Amino acid sequence: MNNNKNKLFEPALMNEALKQSFIKLHPAKMFRNPVMFMVWIGTLVMAAVCVWIAFGEQSQGSFAYNLIVTVILFATLLFANFAEAIAEARGKAQADSLRKTREETPARLENGETISSSQLKKGDVFICEAGDIIPSDGEIIEGLATIDESAITGESAPVIREAGGDKSSVTGGTKVLSDKIKVCVTTEAGESFLDKMIALVEGASRQKTPNEIALTILLSGFTLVFIIVVVTLKPFADYAQTPITIAAFISLFVCLIPTTIGGLLSAIGIAGMDRALRANVITKSGKAVETAGDVDVLLLDKTGTITIGNRKATKFYPVNGVDEKHFLKSVVLSSMADETPEGKSIIELAGVNPLSYQIQNPRFIKFTAETRSSGIDYDTIKIRKGASDAIKNLVEKAGNHFPSETEEQVKSISSNGGTPLVVAENEKVLGVIELQDIIKPGIQERFERLRKMGIKTVMVTGDNPLTAKYIAEKAGVDDFIAEAKPEDKMNYIRNEQSQGRLVAMMGDGTNDAPALAQADVGVAMNSGTQAAKEAGNMVDLDNDPTKLIEVVEIGKQLLMTRGTLTTFSIANDVAKYFAIVPALFIASIPALQGLNIMNLHSPESAILSAIIFNAIVIPMLIPLALKGVAYKPIGASALLRRNLFIYGLGGIIVPFVGIKLIDLLVSVFI
Amino acid sequence: MNTEILGIIAMFGVTLLLAIPLGKYIAKVYAGERTFLDPVFNPIERLFYKVSGINPDNEMNWKQHLVALLTINLLWFLMSMGILMNMGSLPLNPDGNPSQSADLAFNTTISFLVNCNLQHYSGETGISYLGQIWLMFLQFVTAGVGMAAAVVVFKAFREKSTTQLGNFYNYFLKSCTRILLPISLVLAAIFVFEGMPMTFDGKDTITNLQGDTVQVSRGPVAAFVPIKHVGTNGGGFFGANGAHPLENPSYLTNMVEMFGQFIIPMAMVFAFGFFIRRRKFAWMMYGVMTVGFLLLAIPNINMEMNGNPAITQMGIDNSLGAMEGKEIRLGAAASGFWSIVTTVISTGSINSMHDSSMPLSGMNELLAMMINAFYGGAGAGILNFLIFIILAVFISGLMVGRTPEFMGKKIEAREMKIAMIIALAHPFLILVGTALAAALPQYTSATLANPGFHGFSEMLYEYTSSAANNGSGFEGLGDNTVFWNISTGIVLLLGRFLPIIGPVAIAGLLAEKKFIPESAGTLKTDTSTFGLMVFAVIAIIAALAFFPALALGPIAEYFSLY
Repeated sequence: MNNNKNKLFEPALMNEALKQSFIKLHPAKMFRNPVMFMVWIGTLVMAAVCVWIAFGEQSQGSFAYNLIVTVILFATLLFANFAEAIAEARGKAQADSLRKTREETPARLENGETISSSQLKKGDVFICEAGDIIPSDGEIIEGLATIDESAITGESAPVIREAGGDKSSVTGGTKVLSDKIKVCVTTEAGESFLDKMIALVEGASRQKTPNEIALTILLSGFTLVFIIVVVTLKPFADYAQTPITIAAFISLFVCLIPTTIGGLLSAIGIAGMDRALRANVITKSGKAVETAGDVDVLLLDKTGTITIGNRKATKFYPVNGVDEKHFLKSVVLSSMADETPEGKSIIELAGVNPLSYQIQNPRFIKFTAETRSSGIDYDTIKIRKGASDAIKNLVEKAGNHFPSETEEQVKSISSNGGTPLVVAENEKVLGVIELQDIIKPGIQERFERLRKMGIKTVMVTGDNPLTAKYIAEKAGVDDFIAEAKPEDKMNYIRNEQSQGRLVAMMGDGTNDAPALAQADVGVAMNSGTQAAKEAGNMVDLDNDPTKLIEVVEIGKQLLMTRGTLTTFSIANDVAKYFAIVPALFIASIPALQGLNIMNLHSPESAILSAIIFNAIVIPMLIPLALKGVAYKPIGASALLRRNLFIYGLGGIIVPFVGIKLIDLLVSVFI
Repeated sequence: MNTEILGIIAMFGVTLLLAIPLGKYIAKVYAGERTFLDPVFNPIERLFYKVSGINPDNEMNWKQHLVALLTINLLWFLMSMGILMNMGSLPLNPDGNPSQSADLAFNTTISFLVNCNLQHYSGETGISYLGQIWLMFLQFVTAGVGMAAAVVVFKAFREKSTTQLGNFYNYFLKSCTRILLPISLVLAAIFVFEGMPMTFDGKDTITNLQGDTVQVSRGPVAAFVPIKHVGTNGGGFFGANGAHPLENPSYLTNMVEMFGQFIIPMAMVFAFGFFIRRRKFAWMMYGVMTVGFLLLAIPNINMEMNGNPAITQMGIDNSLGAMEGKEIRLGAAASGFWSIVTTVISTGSINSMHDSSMPLSGMNELLAMMINAFYGGAGAGILNFLIFIILAVFISGLMVGRTPEFMGKKIEAREMKIAMIIALAHPFLILVGTALAAALPQYTSATLANPGFHGFSEMLYEYTSSAANNGSGFEGLGDNTVFWNISTGIVLLLGRFLPIIGPVAIAGLLAEKKFIPESAGTLKTDTSTFGLMVFAVIAIIAALAFFPALALGPIAEYFSLY
């Protein structure tokens, strides 16, 4: 699915986009974009002028010159439409490649009937067995299965999904590898998140975001200013007895209104959603991407985001007087049946094969929430390992002493961010196992980057405050919520929001749904429950908790691209004035030759050069609009300086050079 | 260095030094904190409130502020029309000057009501002393209105989130009594000592050196001139305004009058900083305004001092500078400097004929008014500047990847719409007004003093001056006709009240929004980088909107001359 990641212009997409460029000339579509709509009107007027000249009008210059102006204006329109069309085509292609996986698979209903996936309705229940492709998004209501989600996530390792709990959601297009599940359809055909996203990209349901509306107001304002400037120029010129042709008026107007940003504006917005999709994040609205750029606080789950999935055993501490080998044996035996990653890591650390010990009648004791310990019974020996207070309870109940040495050991492990497990044999303490969280490599740098963006990171963990504090410090997050319950998250978000901050969080469980809904940007994991996915405004197909960071950068890029291209577009006007204004008046006011600082060849070549530059700058900036301006977390003022220098100063200089070069070329023909 | 230039620098430096403490004082006045003038003014103000039945502690939202502001202006309008159209038969008219015609009274009233003072009459013959005193009253209160409107904006940014923006009458009255009045009194004392007339007697008669008898107009000039400048009004007692020897007798009065114009707009910038507890932000604003001011003023001083090449060609000594239309006692440098001071600050008083300025000096005078935010009028300047800040915040906010915010408030579609309408209104009024004048030569061509480019500049200047509420004129224009009186009257009204309503509305809307605390990702608005951005926005908007018009006026004239 990442096949066209690096290519900006696929030939197949180009064809589609070219076709769309013409279809989008429909006035009702043009009207959505006030700036380009004015160009559209300008083109019509010029076409009328051409006809007028063809019927013998003498005052408007040659037919060829007027025709060229008309054609260039028309090209400007096509370029702008093309920018939007190519952005749409790319987004659609991306979404299509995701959708392809879920087209027309047979679905076996509960009653044994087999229908096509497209006929499935919300509430239908279907059955999938090993080897089946899941026909639709849904929730497991019965059973457990391993599922290959690589078609969606690109992750080859199979995942387990089971009824009840937070891992009950399945995605259409993924494949069941083992076992049998009963699934209830949760979305109507054509209403899945992906379908919604495709509709957004295609423009059918694309609404302007608040920021886009505000920017359109600014651009419309600039367009209005230039309507005033150009209309009042007519009586001014008459007063100065300088006849100005309609072509010159229209050219001046089209050059001055912000066509560059006007033509690229919707492409930038679509490209933002498209970039999110390329990161395997489905957004439910364009606004969500934009809001992500504004996020002030990021709530991150510890596990999976900050630390690598699970804790690992890192050290054994036998109690004074206990033989180390004996301790090792007890540790290994008690963890033999422990399937958790922690349990496995204990045996790994011990480096002993548990089967090498000869034991009689082993009975494995499972972990329960009441005992908060697990272990093994064999012969007359009972080994238990568990949380220190649980073991302490056990030991003291039997009338034995819980060694102060162990007590201290436990404390020091906790304060170093570890989790202590105490091991006891027949209610006597043998020693302590230290489990440690492994902080993901490179995560500190990412948090540093976030801090420079001005984003506060908050770690959410079920750990006790001591452990949480240690990991928070080590990973470099700004704050943490320890022993977090779902309502803690909710309260934290509310509190931050009441202080005016925007909060983003990621979640998967039904428990998370209220918090996801409360957060300004809620990213639900695709593996999460339907409730979570409905509550959030984005869905991450990769189930990757670090994705939030990418989403924030995509949002920032989106706004920055708009801002920089607006600046560039407006700064361009300076050079265009120096090209066109002398051209308008030189014939009657030779003194104004002094303003022709670019020394352009003739009034006609000056006007043509300006509008040619104005037209071709749009396609030349399409790659930038689609890729987005690079975000650098160097602080807002430095970023502004940098962008002002590149796009502001560049926007003043580039057209001087460009128009002069085009003029050199045009003057060969005139 | 040239003493003429040193004099200017000294005056500018003294103003800055005094503006900072005055700003602090003004901030205290509006915040209701104790000041050393309390014992004097508390009883006076209490009397006002008692008589009028106004409760100064009654908090208003931004809409109520605007209603109060517009209502009080309507009352003054009616009173003014009554006085100006009947003053010929009212007391205090020793010279027997006539009442004004309806259209002239309309223009005079509007232009004084909007703090502009575009005068289509001459003080010597066109108005009685009662009329002059009434106009002096308007000069006080309209400056007070502008300042009160600015304080509503100050208040909106001082609080984190509020709809309660203080009491309009309280701000207004305090502006007049505690700020404008004391400064005007000090200036008046200086002027009287420098020989400015202060009398209710009619014309005096003198015999000049040639032995002819000359009638000399006089009146309560020393009372009138201070507020004319301190309130950034600019309406002259005499027709020749600050070029008249009795209205600006000496080099010292010239400098003090310039100080008078500068002091309130500058101090208001610092008052803003003190009031919202962001002094650095005030310095950013001051920096942008000063750079803009100097970029206009320095070339003007230079061009006026260098003289006119056409005169040099005639073999006439031009070493004193371009002295056409200037007073020899003031000189080219001080006149060139004044021409920008009075145009950036919407005062519109003159000490030389702007019609005779060098072409690009004239362009700079026009540009100063087209921008109308480098210091600007009392209160009004900050309001205009706020619009540019909003636009700059919006574009630069996007450039750093955040939804734009200013002072912790998000700038969204509604604020942008208002800001854009106000930013558009100024070029609209100027360009459409000038276009009408150019398209209707039957009303205008006979009133122009010059043909060609310069005639065009005269029309452009008249509307620019009106829209900017400046009030100075390219004095070649014979502007007391029905066409000019009515058309500029309308431009004056819109040019005054739109830029008050807009920024107050924006500030009011922003004040209602949730406050967003600053983070490292927030764009700081008190930095030189942001200042540069504001400056760029101002320069680009002014340049883009007015370049073609300027090209046909002063720029064409310049290229024809050199």
